[in-house]
Amino acid sequence: MNLVLPFVVGGLVAAGLYMMMRRSAIKLVIGLALLSHAAHLLIFTAGRLTRRGEPLVPEGETVLPKPYADPLPQALILTAIVISFGLMAFTIALVYRAYQETGTDDLDDLTVTEE
Amino acid sequence: MPLIVPVLVPFVTAAVSLLAWRRAPVQRLLGAIGAAGLLTSGIVLLVQVRTQGIQTSQIGGWPAPYGITFVADHFSALMVLVTGVIGLSVAVYSLVEIDGPRQSFGYFPLLHIMLTGVTGAFLTGDMFNLYVWFEVMLISSFVLLALGSERPQLEGALKYVTLNLVSSFLFLTAVGILYGEVGTLNMAHAARRIRALGNPDLVAILAMLFFISFGIKAAVFPLFFWLPASYHTPPAAVSAVFAGLLTKVGVYALIRTFTLVFGQLELVHTLVLILAGFTMVTGVLGAIAQDEFRRILSFHIISQIGYMILGLGLYTPLALAGSVFYIVHHIVVKTNLFLIGGIVRGLEGSERLERLGGLYNRKPWLALLFAIPALSLAGLPPLSGFVAKLALVRAGLEVGEYALVGVALGVSLLTLYSMAKIWNAVFWEAPSDTSKAAPGLGGGAQAVLAGPAAMLALLTVCMGLLAGPAFLAAEAAAAELLDPERYIYAVLGDAS
Repeated sequence: MNLVLPFVVGGLVAAGLYMMMRRSAIKLVIGLALLSHAAHLLIFTAGRLTRRGEPLVPEGETVLPKPYADPLPQALILTAIVISFGLMAFTIALVYRAYQETGTDDLDDLTVTEE
Repeated sequence: MPLIVPVLVPFVTAAVSLLAWRRAPVQRLLGAIGAAGLLTSGIVLLVQVRTQGIQTSQIGGWPAPYGITFVADHFSALMVLVTGVIGLSVAVYSLVEIDGPRQSFGYFPLLHIMLTGVTGAFLTGDMFNLYVWFEVMLISSFVLLALGSERPQLEGALKYVTLNLVSSFLFLTAVGILYGEVGTLNMAHAARRIRALGNPDLVAILAMLFFISFGIKAAVFPLFFWLPASYHTPPAAVSAVFAGLLTKVGVYALIRTFTLVFGQLELVHTLVLILAGFTMVTGVLGAIAQDEFRRILSFHIISQIGYMILGLGLYTPLALAGSVFYIVHHIVVKTNLFLIGGIVRGLEGSERLERLGGLYNRKPWLALLFAIPALSLAGLPPLSGFVAKLALVRAGLEVGEYALVGVALGVSLLTLYSMAKIWNAVFWEAPSDTSKAAPGLGGGAQAVLAGPAAMLALLTVCMGLLAGPAFLAAEAAAAELLDPERYIYAVLGDAS
């Protein structure tokens, strides 16, 4: 897994950036979603992958027995997932509203702010 | 006073305002009172830091580095105070400028949620918590920007949202790698461990990730394109609070990260110096090409960001004090100019320079209100901009960065040209195109709109005339920034 996940992260970033460079607004949203998934997996990988060793202090002990999996990256990811979920919901609504108003999903046609 | 208070005040205001959904009078009242409360807590906080030194607060009673730490040094306290000033000015201004539908769709709660995010970002001492405050600030700014759903607003919001989400992605990536390498997210703790890491390549990669992410938020060259595409589209009150506060949170994060967490890195500080020069020049050249009130001002924000990071690049006590003073001065002045842009639009029904003119004859007080911040922005004595630029120029000369000093002075001159262009077109000349009828504003409305602008103008005059005492606080902030050990000791004590 330690070897596979970095490639998954890299693949997600590449796919996300490719999607964001397309002209369609929907692909832009998909690209942003892929980027956020990549960031979450990256935190997971950078926090070291440990197969077993739940981080619970056994009865009668005062410190964690090694090896143990670090729970903090998972807490961080959970927070980040909730945030990116909210942001994605807003972005999709915004794209839809912009589509209703402009009648196009081609990002190159959104030039009102530059006139 | 616990450090959490400046964050809680706008948060509670927003929560209570949400309970009063669709009752606009209640929300308006709460919005103004909450902002006044934030300003008060900002003043108390600064007094506390001035008298007792760096303040820390461990959230939930968990000792650092295990819990989330809130820290207020001079820099944080000054930023919270100026957030209070801007919050109150904009809240009062919004009472008249924001139309009924926007108010009934939660304008005031959103404004206060954004202020919560901004003060949280200034006070937190934890990297991941900083990310969370950034997101709180961003999501509310997204909604504020799009609220009203006019076509330019939606297009501007789409660009703003996309680039800010990319910046958040880079920030989150950097936070993940930072945790993976040093095993902590507490800024003070991470600062100690990074200095002990002994892996310059990895530190350089981390530093660049943070730099690009904060650089996008701060609108540093060449990462600023979202700003002029979006800042002129919402109502003036919204763009004023954005122009004042949001990019400066990015600058704050840059300065905090590259003094406290990473210390002085050759790579970053050289890069900052080069980009500071380009940011100043591209911003001011962009402004010259524009012919609409708020678009000119938007490009000037970018140009001014260059001055703020110039101090970070020079990295001397005087330079950083200049940067801190510059940030405070800029927030006050730039918000004021956007507010006046809103008054002009309210009176004349347009922001295009060719449709405006002759306001000096009809509204001499407005011309005076514009002249003070405009001249301060260009850096004329005795206003605050002069003090800020003088400090940076002297710091640049001391270090021997003559080229950058030349650029800074040249850009000031072009800023003056740009302000003179607005002055001529809006206040002096007769309008060249009078086809459109003006909607006009009532006398009471004018007084409410002019009040906050007059207060901010007074503030920039005071910061210039009382430059000595004002600069003392900036110097104290710079001394703390240059000696991270004081911050680290306040958070962690002697434990590593």
